[in-house]
Amino acid sequence: MNDKLVIAGKSYNSRLLVGTGKYKDFAETKAAVEASGAEIITIAIRRSNIGQNPGEPSLLEILPPARYTLLPNTAGCYSAEDAVRTLRLARELLDGHTLVKLEVLGDPQSLYPNVIETIAAAKTLVAEGFQVMVYTSDDPIIAKQLEDIGCVAIMPLASLIGSGMGILNPWNLQLITERVQVPVIVDAGVGTASDAAIAMELGCAGVLMNTAIAGAQQPVLMASAMKQAVEAGRSAFLAGRMPKKLYSASPSSPTAGIIGSTRN
Amino acid sequence: MISVSINGTARQLADSTSVAALVEEMGLAGKRIALERNGEIVPRSSFPSQQLADGDKLEVVIAVGGG
Repeated sequence: MNDKLVIAGKSYNSRLLVGTGKYKDFAETKAAVEASGAEIITIAIRRSNIGQNPGEPSLLEILPPARYTLLPNTAGCYSAEDAVRTLRLARELLDGHTLVKLEVLGDPQSLYPNVIETIAAAKTLVAEGFQVMVYTSDDPIIAKQLEDIGCVAIMPLASLIGSGMGILNPWNLQLITERVQVPVIVDAGVGTASDAAIAMELGCAGVLMNTAIAGAQQPVLMASAMKQAVEAGRSAFLAGRMPKKLYSASPSSPTAGIIGSTRN
Repeated sequence: MISVSINGTARQLADSTSVAALVEEMGLAGKRIALERNGEIVPRSSFPSQQLADGDKLEVVIAVGGG
């Protein structure tokens, strides 16, 4: 089946995007990423050691940019200025790579997005030639504004980052998928496989997650579960579910020929 | 000597140290890094030609795991 996820003109087979944080070591990161089947992998940009720890292993040695589409994020940024600065560094780090994940947070307790700063940063980044996949709230009006600015994917939260609370407002996500033409990717809040399947059944183009995999008792097994859930949810969406009915007037088995029937 | 700040840490360097020499000294030569000098990106290709000056503020970053 030719059902690719297309972001900024590039096609991907996997609709599951994964983060690389919170794993116990690089070996586990690599195994989980491989089990997830993800092709787009988020990374963070942080200060390097400045000589105090020579020979420190590098994440990019185990997740080579030639094999994965790396998506540098702006996690930890609370202003448009810091987010833009971080992504300019990321572009230099990754040899001119322009596909990025913008997130501007509102406060450290909730990590809820600050949409005012997010919109300001998105405008600057799009003007500078970045292809911006944007983390945002599940507000359909803001989602549409971010699309109009030129973002290449809209990534609303299902619930708070790292909360694992699942999809708290499926109706808003559906409003967004109906209004926005670019891919809508649920980013944040997924806790287990059924959450990912529900996001896909709602018509989302993909799901991005980190803690749901890294925070599982067995991350590699959960990565594989998420892969299957995203695929199952996507297929169910494409298949079109049966309507919900309070009572079924139509049993699945024939109504005629029932033994002991008094009707015919 | 000149005094510069690297990732928030003060450091004394010899006069006319180039960015490339500093990167080498920090053991980061050939590593995937990006470097900002006083808020402006320094492309890797200009590491050898850029001389550091007293009071420079440098940020040196790498990719790490994140979501």
